[in-house]
Amino acid sequence: MLVTERKPDEEILASVQGDASVFLVGCNGCHSACERGGAEDLPALAALLEGAGKAITGSTTVDFLCDKSLVRSRLRAFTRQILRADSVIVATCGVGIQCVADSVLKRVRPGCNTINLGGNHGTWGATERCAECGDCLLDKTGGICPITNCSKSMVNGPCGGTTSDGKCEVDRQRDCGWYRIYMRLKDLDALDQLKEVVGPKKHGNYLPSYDVMTGEHWATDAPVPAAAAAAGKEGDDE
Amino acid sequence: MSNLSEALARGEFLVTGEIGPPKGTNIEKCLEDAEHLRGKVTAINVTDIQSAVMRFGGLATCHMLVERDLEPVFQMVCRDRNRLALQSDLLSAHVLGIENVLCLTGDHNILGDHPDSKPVFDLEAVGLLQCVQTLMEGRDMAGNELDGAPPFFPGAVVAPGSEPVEMQIIRMEKKIAAGAKFFQTQAVYDVDQFADFMGRVEGFGVPVLCGLVLLKSVGMARFMNANVSGVNVPDRLIARLKADKEKTKSGEAAIEIAVETIEGVKDLCQGVHIMPLGWDHLVPDIIDRAGLA
Ligand code: SF4
Ligand code: SF4
Repeated sequence: MLVTERKPDEEILASVQGDASVFLVGCNGCHSACERGGAEDLPALAALLEGAGKAITGSTTVDFLCDKSLVRSRLRAFTRQILRADSVIVATCGVGIQCVADSVLKRVRPGCNTINLGGNHGTWGATERCAECGDCLLDKTGGICPITNCSKSMVNGPCGGTTSDGKCEVDRQRDCGWYRIYMRLKDLDALDQLKEVVGPKKHGNYLPSYDVMTGEHWATDAPVPAAAAAAGKEGDDE
Repeated sequence: MSNLSEALARGEFLVTGEIGPPKGTNIEKCLEDAEHLRGKVTAINVTDIQSAVMRFGGLATCHMLVERDLEPVFQMVCRDRNRLALQSDLLSAHVLGIENVLCLTGDHNILGDHPDSKPVFDLEAVGLLQCVQTLMEGRDMAGNELDGAPPFFPGAVVAPGSEPVEMQIIRMEKKIAAGAKFFQTQAVYDVDQFADFMGRVEGFGVPVLCGLVLLKSVGMARFMNANVSGVNVPDRLIARLKADKEKTKSGEAAIEIAVETIEGVKDLCQGVHIMPLGWDHLVPDIIDRAGLA
Protein backbone atom coordinates (compact mmCIF):
# COMPACT_ATOMS: atom_id res chain seq x y z
CA MET A 1 0.00 0.00 0.00
CA LEU A 2 1.22 3.45 -0.86
CA VAL A 3 0.81 5.96 1.93
CA THR A 4 -0.04 9.44 0.74
CA GLU A 5 -0.92 12.75 2.29
CA ARG A 6 -2.44 15.92 0.93
CA LYS A 7 0.02 18.49 -0.34
CA PRO A 8 -0.05 21.77 1.61
CA ASP A 9 -2.82 24.09 0.41
CA GLU A 10 -0.34 26.79 -0.68
CA GLU A 11 1.47 24.32 -2.91
CA ILE A 12 -1.76 23.18 -4.57
CA LEU A 13 -2.92 26.76 -5.10
CA ALA A 14 0.48 27.77 -6.50
CA SER A 15 0.32 24.91 -9.00
CA VAL A 16 -3.05 26.06 -10.40
CA GLN A 17 -2.13 29.74 -10.40
CA GLY A 18 -2.56 30.06 -14.16
CA ASP A 19 -5.69 27.87 -14.38
CA ALA A 20 -9.28 29.15 -14.35
CA SER A 21 -10.91 25.73 -14.13
CA VAL A 22 -9.98 22.36 -12.71
CA PHE A 23 -11.25 18.76 -12.85
CA LEU A 24 -10.72 16.64 -9.72
CA VAL A 25 -9.91 12.95 -9.47
CA GLY A 26 -9.82 10.96 -6.25
CA CYS A 27 -8.92 7.36 -5.43
CA ASN A 28 -10.70 4.75 -3.32
CA GLY A 29 -7.65 2.49 -3.17
CA CYS A 30 -4.63 2.90 -0.88
CA HIS A 31 -5.07 6.63 -0.59
CA SER A 32 -8.40 6.04 1.05
CA ALA A 33 -7.31 2.88 2.94
CA CYS A 34 -4.32 4.62 4.55
CA GLU A 35 -6.89 6.86 6.21
CA ARG A 36 -5.34 10.05 4.97
CA GLY A 37 -7.97 11.04 2.46
CA GLY A 38 -9.91 9.39 -0.32
CA ALA A 39 -13.46 10.29 -1.25
CA GLU A 40 -13.59 13.02 1.41
CA ASP A 41 -10.59 14.72 -0.20
CA LEU A 42 -12.55 15.93 -3.17
CA PRO A 43 -15.07 18.14 -1.37
CA ALA A 44 -12.20 19.66 0.66
CA LEU A 45 -10.15 20.26 -2.49
CA ALA A 46 -13.18 21.71 -4.29
CA ALA A 47 -13.80 24.12 -1.41
CA LEU A 48 -10.16 25.19 -1.38
CA LEU A 49 -10.12 25.81 -5.12
CA GLU A 50 -13.49 27.52 -5.29
CA GLY A 51 -12.38 29.74 -2.44
CA ALA A 52 -9.51 30.80 -4.69
CA GLY A 53 -11.92 31.61 -7.54
CA LYS A 54 -11.41 28.44 -9.60
CA ALA A 55 -14.29 26.75 -11.39
CA ILE A 56 -14.62 22.99 -10.83
CA THR A 57 -15.73 21.42 -14.11
CA GLY A 58 -16.39 18.08 -12.45
CA SER A 59 -14.93 15.41 -10.21
CA THR A 60 -14.90 11.66 -9.84
CA THR A 61 -13.42 8.98 -7.64
CA VAL A 62 -12.04 5.77 -9.13
CA ASP A 63 -11.50 2.60 -7.10
CA PHE A 64 -7.88 2.08 -8.07
CA LEU A 65 -6.17 4.86 -9.97
CA CYS A 66 -3.14 2.63 -10.39
CA ASP A 67 -5.17 0.37 -12.69
CA LYS A 68 -4.91 2.10 -16.00
CA SER A 69 -7.73 0.19 -17.71
CA LEU A 70 -10.03 1.21 -14.88
CA VAL A 71 -8.81 4.82 -15.07
CA ARG A 72 -9.48 4.96 -18.76
CA SER A 73 -12.92 3.42 -18.69
CA ARG A 74 -14.04 5.54 -15.71
CA LEU A 75 -12.65 8.84 -17.02
CA ARG A 76 -14.24 8.23 -20.43
CA ALA A 77 -17.57 9.19 -18.88
CA PHE A 78 -16.16 12.64 -18.09
CA THR A 79 -14.43 13.49 -21.37
CA ARG A 80 -16.25 16.79 -21.82
CA GLN A 81 -15.76 18.01 -18.27
CA ILE A 82 -12.06 17.10 -18.42
CA LEU A 83 -11.59 18.87 -21.73
CA ARG A 84 -13.27 21.99 -20.37
CA ALA A 85 -10.80 22.18 -17.46
CA ASP A 86 -7.39 23.86 -17.68
CA SER A 87 -5.88 21.14 -15.53
CA VAL A 88 -6.66 17.97 -13.60
CA ILE A 89 -5.76 17.59 -9.92
CA VAL A 90 -5.32 14.00 -8.79
CA ALA A 91 -5.39 13.24 -5.09
CA THR A 92 -3.56 9.94 -4.76
CA CYS A 93 -0.16 8.27 -4.97
CA GLY A 94 2.51 8.98 -7.59
CA VAL A 95 1.53 5.90 -9.59
CA GLY A 96 -2.13 6.93 -9.79
CA ILE A 97 -1.25 10.48 -10.77
CA GLN A 98 1.03 9.21 -13.54
CA CYS A 99 -1.67 6.79 -14.77
CA VAL A 100 -4.11 9.69 -15.09
CA ALA A 101 -1.45 11.85 -16.77
CA ASP A 102 -0.85 9.06 -19.28
CA SER A 103 -4.59 8.84 -19.98
CA VAL A 104 -5.50 12.48 -20.63
CA LEU A 105 -3.67 15.10 -22.68
CA LYS A 106 -3.97 17.79 -20.00
CA ARG A 107 -1.72 19.26 -17.36
CA VAL A 108 -2.14 16.84 -14.47
CA ARG A 109 -1.18 18.16 -11.05
CA PRO A 110 -0.49 16.14 -7.89
CA GLY A 111 -2.78 16.76 -4.95
CA CYS A 112 -0.71 14.52 -2.68
CA ASN A 113 2.82 13.61 -1.72
CA THR A 114 3.58 9.90 -1.68
CA ILE A 115 5.53 9.21 1.48
CA ASN A 116 6.03 5.49 1.84
CA LEU A 117 5.01 2.02 0.88
CA GLY A 118 3.26 1.25 4.11
CA GLY A 119 3.01 -2.45 3.39
CA ASN A 120 1.85 -4.64 0.58
CA HIS A 121 1.63 -3.30 -2.90
CA GLY A 122 -1.29 -4.40 -4.98
CA THR A 123 -0.44 -5.25 -8.54
CA TRP A 124 -1.24 -2.88 -11.32
CA GLY A 125 -1.14 -3.16 -15.05
CA ALA A 126 0.89 -0.04 -15.56
CA THR A 127 4.51 0.93 -16.16
CA GLU A 128 4.32 3.96 -13.88
CA ARG A 129 6.51 3.86 -10.81
CA CYS A 130 6.79 6.03 -7.72
CA ALA A 131 9.73 6.05 -5.32
CA GLU A 132 7.70 7.60 -2.47
CA CYS A 133 9.97 10.61 -2.37
CA GLY A 134 7.54 12.64 -0.27
CA ASP A 135 8.06 15.77 -2.39
CA CYS A 136 6.04 15.08 -5.52
CA LEU A 137 7.22 16.97 -8.60
CA LEU A 138 4.74 15.59 -11.14
CA ASP A 139 3.20 19.04 -11.56
CA LYS A 140 6.42 20.32 -13.09
CA THR A 141 7.10 17.34 -15.30
CA GLY A 142 3.91 16.76 -17.25
CA GLY A 143 2.84 13.94 -14.94
CA ILE A 144 5.87 11.75 -15.63
CA CYS A 145 8.00 10.99 -12.57
CA PRO A 146 11.60 12.22 -13.01
CA ILE A 147 12.76 10.36 -9.91
CA THR A 148 11.91 6.91 -11.25
CA ASN A 149 12.09 7.54 -15.01
CA CYS A 150 15.51 9.23 -15.08
CA SER A 151 18.48 7.04 -14.15
CA LYS A 152 20.04 9.97 -12.29
CA SER A 153 16.75 11.30 -10.89
CA MET A 154 17.54 14.66 -12.48
CA VAL A 155 15.00 17.35 -11.62
CA ASN A 156 15.99 20.13 -14.02
CA GLY A 157 16.13 18.45 -17.41
CA PRO A 158 18.28 15.84 -19.09
CA CYS A 159 21.96 15.15 -18.69
CA GLY A 160 23.75 15.08 -22.03
CA GLY A 161 23.12 11.34 -22.25
CA THR A 162 19.88 11.13 -24.20
CA THR A 163 20.51 9.02 -27.32
CA SER A 164 19.29 10.15 -30.73
CA ASP A 165 16.33 7.76 -30.46
CA GLY A 166 15.28 9.09 -27.06
CA LYS A 167 16.81 6.33 -24.90
CA CYS A 168 18.95 6.65 -21.76
CA GLU A 169 22.70 6.17 -22.14
CA VAL A 170 22.79 4.34 -18.83
CA ASP A 171 20.52 1.60 -20.20
CA ARG A 172 19.65 1.77 -23.86
CA GLN A 173 16.64 -0.47 -23.36
CA ARG A 174 14.88 2.21 -21.41
CA ASP A 175 13.42 5.51 -22.50
CA CYS A 176 15.15 8.67 -21.31
CA GLY A 177 12.66 10.01 -18.77
CA TRP A 178 13.49 13.58 -19.69
CA TYR A 179 12.92 12.89 -23.36
CA ARG A 180 9.44 11.66 -22.46
CA ILE A 181 8.84 14.67 -20.20
CA TYR A 182 9.97 16.99 -22.98
CA MET A 183 7.65 15.34 -25.53
CA ARG A 184 4.71 15.39 -23.11
CA LEU A 185 5.15 19.07 -22.22
CA LYS A 186 5.57 19.87 -25.90
CA ASP A 187 2.28 18.09 -26.68
CA LEU A 188 0.69 20.13 -23.91
CA ASP A 189 2.19 23.32 -25.31
CA ALA A 190 3.78 23.81 -21.88
CA LEU A 191 7.51 23.75 -22.65
CA ASP A 192 7.86 26.99 -20.69
CA GLN A 193 7.40 24.87 -17.58
CA LEU A 194 10.84 23.39 -18.22
CA LYS A 195 12.49 26.77 -17.69
CA GLU A 196 11.62 26.86 -14.01
CA VAL A 197 14.60 25.95 -11.84
CA VAL A 198 13.40 23.14 -9.57
CA GLY A 199 14.86 22.01 -6.25
CA PRO A 200 17.20 21.31 -4.62
CA LYS A 201 15.03 18.38 -3.76
CA LYS A 202 13.81 17.91 -0.18
CA HIS A 203 15.48 14.57 0.44
CA GLY A 204 14.53 14.91 4.09
CA ASN A 205 11.03 13.86 3.02
CA TYR A 206 12.31 10.40 2.05
CA LEU A 207 12.40 9.58 5.74
CA PRO A 208 8.75 8.96 6.59
CA SER A 209 7.63 10.24 9.95
CA TYR A 210 7.10 7.65 12.65
CA ASP A 211 3.34 7.92 12.67
CA VAL A 212 3.05 6.25 9.26
CA MET A 213 5.00 3.17 10.40
CA THR A 214 2.82 0.35 11.65
CA GLY A 215 3.72 -1.37 14.90
CA GLU A 216 5.67 -4.57 15.13
CA HIS A 217 2.64 -6.54 16.37
CA TRP A 218 0.40 -5.07 13.78
CA ALA A 219 -2.59 -7.33 14.27
CA THR A 220 -2.88 -6.63 17.96
CA ASP A 221 -1.50 -3.10 18.22
CA ALA A 222 -4.09 -0.42 18.79
CA PRO A 223 -4.57 1.55 15.57
CA VAL A 224 -3.27 5.13 15.48
CA PRO A 225 -6.31 7.35 14.96
CA ALA A 226 -5.98 9.23 11.67
CA ALA A 227 -6.57 12.62 13.28
CA ALA A 228 -3.82 12.14 15.87
CA ALA A 229 -1.45 10.84 13.20
CA ALA A 230 -2.12 13.90 11.05
CA ALA A 231 -1.48 16.24 13.98
CA GLY A 232 1.80 14.47 14.77
CA LYS A 233 2.97 14.90 11.21
CA GLU A 234 2.57 18.67 11.18
CA GLY A 235 5.70 20.73 10.76
CA ASP A 236 7.82 17.63 10.52
CA ASP A 237 9.98 18.19 7.51
CA GLU A 238 10.40 21.83 6.71
CA MET B 1 39.84 36.97 -10.11
CA SER B 2 41.04 33.92 -12.03
CA ASN B 3 43.04 34.30 -15.25
CA LEU B 4 40.24 32.43 -16.98
CA SER B 5 37.56 34.90 -15.92
CA GLU B 6 39.77 37.86 -16.82
CA ALA B 7 40.73 36.52 -20.26
CA LEU B 8 37.08 35.73 -21.04
CA ALA B 9 36.06 39.22 -19.91
CA ARG B 10 38.66 40.71 -22.26
CA GLY B 11 37.01 38.77 -25.08
CA GLU B 12 40.17 36.88 -26.00
CA PHE B 13 39.91 33.61 -27.97
CA LEU B 14 41.49 31.23 -25.51
CA VAL B 15 42.37 27.61 -24.95
CA THR B 16 41.78 25.43 -21.90
CA GLY B 17 43.30 21.97 -21.50
CA GLU B 18 42.54 18.94 -19.39
CA ILE B 19 44.31 16.31 -17.33
CA GLY B 20 42.98 13.16 -15.68
CA PRO B 21 44.32 11.94 -12.31
CA PRO B 22 45.75 8.39 -12.23
CA LYS B 23 44.32 5.14 -10.92
CA GLY B 24 46.76 4.85 -8.05
CA THR B 25 49.22 7.11 -6.34
CA ASN B 26 51.74 7.71 -9.12
CA ILE B 27 50.76 11.25 -9.91
CA GLU B 28 53.94 12.16 -11.89
CA LYS B 29 52.62 11.40 -15.40
CA CYS B 30 49.52 13.49 -14.77
CA LEU B 31 51.63 16.43 -13.58
CA GLU B 32 53.90 15.99 -16.63
CA ASP B 33 50.81 16.21 -18.84
CA ALA B 34 50.03 19.52 -17.14
CA GLU B 35 53.60 20.73 -17.74
CA HIS B 36 53.09 20.28 -21.51
CA LEU B 37 50.31 22.82 -21.27
CA ARG B 38 52.30 25.46 -19.33
CA GLY B 39 52.20 28.83 -21.04
CA LYS B 40 49.97 27.42 -23.79
CA VAL B 41 46.57 27.33 -22.14
CA THR B 42 44.72 29.73 -19.83
CA ALA B 43 43.56 27.03 -17.44
CA ILE B 44 43.62 23.26 -17.03
CA ASN B 45 40.54 21.18 -16.18
CA VAL B 46 41.06 18.37 -13.70
CA THR B 47 38.49 15.62 -14.15
CA ASP B 48 36.54 14.25 -11.17
CA ILE B 49 36.52 10.43 -11.05
CA GLN B 50 35.97 10.58 -14.80
CA SER B 51 33.57 8.08 -16.38
CA ALA B 52 32.83 6.78 -12.85
CA VAL B 53 36.17 4.94 -12.89
CA MET B 54 37.69 5.26 -9.41
CA ARG B 55 40.93 7.28 -9.29
CA PHE B 56 43.06 9.86 -7.49
CA GLY B 57 41.15 12.94 -6.32
CA GLY B 58 40.59 16.13 -8.25
CA LEU B 59 40.84 18.47 -5.27
CA ALA B 60 44.37 17.30 -4.41
CA THR B 61 45.40 17.42 -8.07
CA CYS B 62 44.07 20.96 -8.47
CA HIS B 63 45.98 22.04 -5.39
CA MET B 64 49.18 20.58 -6.85
CA LEU B 65 48.62 22.63 -10.00
CA VAL B 66 48.14 25.79 -7.91
CA GLU B 67 51.42 25.06 -6.12
CA ARG B 68 53.13 24.82 -9.53
CA ASP B 69 51.59 28.10 -10.62
CA LEU B 70 49.26 26.47 -13.14
CA GLU B 71 45.60 27.51 -13.05
CA PRO B 72 43.14 24.65 -12.53
CA VAL B 73 39.47 24.30 -13.37
CA PHE B 74 38.12 22.09 -10.58
CA GLN B 75 35.54 19.72 -12.07
CA MET B 76 32.87 18.60 -9.61
CA VAL B 77 30.30 15.89 -10.28
CA CYS B 78 27.23 15.16 -8.15
CA ARG B 79 27.45 11.37 -8.36
CA ASP B 80 29.68 10.76 -5.34
CA ARG B 81 28.98 13.48 -2.79
CA ASN B 82 25.84 14.79 -1.17
CA ARG B 83 25.32 18.49 -0.54
CA LEU B 84 27.18 18.40 2.77
CA ALA B 85 30.34 17.02 1.17
CA LEU B 86 30.04 19.17 -1.95
CA GLN B 87 29.82 22.36 0.11
CA SER B 88 32.62 21.26 2.38
CA ASP B 89 34.91 20.49 -0.58
CA LEU B 90 34.07 23.84 -2.16
CA LEU B 91 35.17 25.65 1.01
CA SER B 92 38.36 23.59 1.04
CA ALA B 93 38.94 24.30 -2.65
CA HIS B 94 38.91 28.03 -2.08
CA VAL B 95 41.42 27.81 0.76
CA LEU B 96 43.63 25.61 -1.43
CA GLY B 97 43.76 28.38 -4.04
CA ILE B 98 41.17 27.10 -6.52
CA GLU B 99 39.01 29.70 -8.26
CA ASN B 100 37.39 28.04 -11.30
CA VAL B 101 34.76 25.37 -10.66
CA LEU B 102 33.05 23.38 -13.40
CA CYS B 103 29.71 22.00 -12.19
CA LEU B 104 28.60 18.70 -13.72
CA THR B 105 26.00 16.05 -12.95
CA GLY B 106 28.44 13.22 -13.71
CA ASP B 107 28.32 9.89 -15.52
CA HIS B 108 26.24 7.18 -13.92
CA ASN B 109 27.93 4.57 -11.71
CA ILE B 110 26.62 1.77 -13.93
CA LEU B 111 28.94 2.96 -16.72
CA GLY B 112 32.07 2.90 -14.54
CA ASP B 113 34.23 0.28 -12.84
CA HIS B 114 32.20 0.12 -9.61
CA PRO B 115 28.68 -0.48 -10.98
CA ASP B 116 27.41 -1.64 -7.57
CA SER B 117 28.27 1.61 -5.84
CA LYS B 118 25.41 3.80 -4.63
CA PRO B 119 24.65 6.75 -6.91
CA VAL B 120 24.24 9.93 -4.87
CA PHE B 121 22.85 12.63 -7.19
CA ASP B 122 21.56 14.57 -4.17
CA LEU B 123 22.02 17.60 -6.43
CA GLU B 124 22.52 17.74 -10.18
CA ALA B 125 24.47 20.33 -12.16
CA VAL B 126 21.83 23.07 -11.85
CA GLY B 127 21.57 22.53 -8.08
CA LEU B 128 25.36 22.51 -7.73
CA LEU B 129 25.59 25.86 -9.54
CA GLN B 130 22.97 27.24 -7.15
CA CYS B 131 24.98 25.82 -4.27
CA VAL B 132 28.19 27.56 -5.45
CA GLN B 133 26.24 30.79 -5.80
CA THR B 134 24.85 30.49 -2.29
CA LEU B 135 28.29 29.91 -0.76
CA MET B 136 29.66 32.90 -2.68
CA GLU B 137 26.94 35.00 -1.06
CA GLY B 138 28.17 33.94 2.36
CA ARG B 139 25.55 31.36 3.27
CA ASP B 140 25.30 27.57 3.12
CA MET B 141 22.40 25.77 1.47
CA ALA B 142 20.51 25.63 4.75
CA GLY B 143 20.76 29.41 5.06
CA ASN B 144 23.41 29.47 7.80
CA GLU B 145 25.96 32.24 7.69
CA LEU B 146 29.53 31.32 6.73
CA ASP B 147 32.60 32.50 8.55
CA GLY B 148 34.40 33.46 5.33
CA ALA B 149 32.78 33.22 1.90
CA PRO B 150 34.59 31.75 -1.13
CA PRO B 151 34.65 33.72 -4.39
CA PHE B 152 34.48 31.35 -7.37
CA PHE B 153 34.23 31.52 -11.14
CA PRO B 154 31.59 28.84 -11.84
CA GLY B 155 31.09 27.19 -15.21
CA ALA B 156 29.04 24.38 -16.70
CA VAL B 157 28.83 22.11 -19.74
CA VAL B 158 26.43 21.75 -22.64
CA ALA B 159 26.10 19.11 -25.38
CA PRO B 160 25.37 20.92 -28.68
CA GLY B 161 25.02 17.60 -30.54
CA SER B 162 22.42 16.09 -28.23
CA GLU B 163 18.88 15.82 -29.62
CA PRO B 164 16.42 17.44 -29.20
CA VAL B 165 18.77 20.41 -28.97
CA GLU B 166 15.95 22.58 -27.63
CA MET B 167 16.06 20.53 -24.42
CA GLN B 168 19.80 21.24 -24.09
CA ILE B 169 19.23 24.93 -24.71
CA ILE B 170 16.50 25.21 -22.07
CA ARG B 171 18.80 23.51 -19.59
CA MET B 172 21.64 25.84 -20.59
CA GLU B 173 19.40 28.81 -19.79
CA LYS B 174 18.67 27.31 -16.39
CA LYS B 175 22.37 26.86 -15.73
CA ILE B 176 22.92 30.52 -16.56
CA ALA B 177 20.08 31.50 -14.22
CA ALA B 178 21.76 29.35 -11.55
CA GLY B 179 25.05 31.23 -11.96
CA ALA B 180 27.10 29.63 -14.78
CA LYS B 181 29.58 32.20 -16.11
CA PHE B 182 31.11 30.08 -18.90
CA PHE B 183 30.41 26.86 -20.79
CA GLN B 184 32.60 24.10 -22.14
CA THR B 185 30.95 21.81 -24.66
CA GLN B 186 30.88 18.10 -25.38
CA ALA B 187 33.30 17.11 -28.18
CA VAL B 188 32.48 18.81 -31.48
CA TYR B 189 33.46 17.38 -34.88
CA ASP B 190 30.63 18.74 -36.96
CA VAL B 191 31.33 22.46 -37.38
CA ASP B 192 28.07 23.20 -39.23
CA GLN B 193 25.97 21.71 -36.45
CA PHE B 194 27.99 23.70 -33.89
CA ALA B 195 27.41 26.88 -35.91
CA ASP B 196 23.63 26.26 -35.81
CA PHE B 197 23.79 25.72 -32.08
CA MET B 198 25.82 28.88 -31.48
CA GLY B 199 23.32 30.84 -33.56
CA ARG B 200 20.60 29.79 -31.12
CA VAL B 201 22.49 30.61 -27.90
CA GLU B 202 24.26 33.79 -29.05
CA GLY B 203 21.80 36.00 -27.21
CA PHE B 204 22.62 34.40 -23.82
CA GLY B 205 25.81 36.48 -23.56
CA VAL B 206 27.79 33.77 -21.75
CA PRO B 207 31.14 32.67 -23.27
CA VAL B 208 31.29 29.19 -24.81
CA LEU B 209 34.47 27.14 -25.23
CA CYS B 210 34.07 24.53 -27.96
CA GLY B 211 35.11 21.03 -26.83
CA LEU B 212 37.73 19.10 -28.82
CA VAL B 213 38.62 15.49 -28.13
CA LEU B 214 41.76 14.30 -29.94
CA LEU B 215 40.98 11.36 -32.22
CA LYS B 216 43.45 8.63 -31.32
CA SER B 217 42.19 5.78 -33.50
CA VAL B 218 39.41 4.49 -35.71
CA GLY B 219 38.23 2.31 -32.84
CA MET B 220 37.91 5.29 -30.53
CA ALA B 221 35.91 7.26 -33.12
CA ARG B 222 33.55 4.32 -33.61
CA PHE B 223 33.25 3.80 -29.87
CA MET B 224 32.26 7.42 -29.32
CA ASN B 225 29.69 7.30 -32.11
CA ALA B 226 28.13 4.19 -30.62
CA ASN B 227 28.35 5.03 -26.93
CA VAL B 228 28.73 8.75 -26.27
CA SER B 229 25.44 10.57 -26.82
CA GLY B 230 25.67 13.85 -28.64
CA VAL B 231 29.06 13.04 -30.19
CA ASN B 232 29.16 12.43 -33.91
CA VAL B 233 32.45 11.75 -35.68
CA PRO B 234 31.59 12.13 -39.38
CA ASP B 235 32.44 9.24 -41.74
CA ARG B 236 34.86 11.38 -43.71
CA LEU B 237 37.02 11.82 -40.57
CA ILE B 238 36.91 8.09 -39.85
CA ALA B 239 37.96 7.45 -43.46
CA ARG B 240 40.89 9.82 -42.99
CA LEU B 241 42.03 8.01 -39.85
CA LYS B 242 41.79 4.72 -41.76
CA ALA B 243 43.61 5.93 -44.86
CA ASP B 244 46.96 6.71 -43.24
CA LYS B 245 47.56 4.43 -40.27
CA GLU B 246 51.02 5.83 -39.53
CA LYS B 247 49.68 9.35 -39.31
CA THR B 248 46.87 8.25 -37.04
CA LYS B 249 49.24 6.38 -34.75
CA SER B 250 51.74 9.23 -34.47
CA GLY B 251 48.97 11.69 -33.61
CA GLU B 252 49.56 13.77 -36.74
CA ALA B 253 46.00 13.07 -37.94
CA ALA B 254 44.57 14.11 -34.57
CA ILE B 255 46.54 17.35 -34.74
CA GLU B 256 45.37 18.14 -38.27
CA ILE B 257 41.71 17.46 -37.46
CA ALA B 258 41.89 19.56 -34.28
CA VAL B 259 43.52 22.47 -36.13
CA GLU B 260 40.85 22.35 -38.84
CA THR B 261 38.07 22.29 -36.24
CA ILE B 262 39.60 25.28 -34.44
CA GLU B 263 39.73 27.19 -37.71
CA GLY B 264 36.09 26.32 -38.32
CA VAL B 265 34.81 27.45 -34.92
CA LYS B 266 37.14 30.40 -34.32
CA ASP B 267 34.62 33.03 -35.30
CA LEU B 268 31.71 31.26 -33.60
CA CYS B 269 32.74 31.07 -29.95
CA GLN B 270 35.19 32.33 -27.36
CA GLY B 271 37.72 29.57 -27.32
CA VAL B 272 38.34 25.86 -27.34
CA HIS B 273 38.58 23.31 -24.57
CA ILE B 274 40.99 20.57 -25.63
CA MET B 275 40.54 17.15 -24.03
CA PRO B 276 43.71 15.28 -25.06
CA LEU B 277 43.01 12.11 -23.01
CA GLY B 278 46.69 11.62 -22.25
CA TRP B 279 48.04 13.08 -25.50
CA ASP B 280 48.74 16.40 -23.81
CA HIS B 281 52.19 16.58 -25.43
CA LEU B 282 50.44 17.24 -28.77
CA VAL B 283 48.55 20.27 -27.49
CA PRO B 284 51.39 22.85 -27.93
CA ASP B 285 51.70 21.84 -31.58
CA ILE B 286 47.95 22.20 -32.14
CA ILE B 287 47.94 25.65 -30.56
CA ASP B 288 50.95 26.79 -32.65
CA ARG B 289 49.57 25.46 -35.90
CA ALA B 290 46.15 26.99 -35.25
CA GLY B 291 47.91 30.31 -34.83
CA LEU B 292 46.77 30.73 -31.23
CA ALA B 293 50.21 30.88 -29.60
S1 SF4 C 1 7.98 12.80 -7.82
FE1 SF4 C 1 7.91 10.63 -8.43
S2 SF4 C 1 8.77 9.54 -6.62
FE2 SF4 C 1 8.19 11.60 -5.91
S3 SF4 C 1 6.08 11.31 -5.09
FE3 SF4 C 1 5.90 12.04 -7.26
S4 SF4 C 1 5.71 10.13 -8.46
FE4 SF4 C 1 6.50 9.53 -6.42
S1 SF4 D 1 19.79 10.03 -20.43
FE1 SF4 D 1 17.81 10.79 -19.70
S2 SF4 D 1 17.05 9.23 -18.25
FE2 SF4 D 1 19.22 8.81 -18.61
S3 SF4 D 1 20.25 9.85 -16.90
FE3 SF4 D 1 20.25 11.29 -18.64
S4 SF4 D 1 18.39 12.52 -18.40
FE4 SF4 D 1 18.18 10.73 -17.04
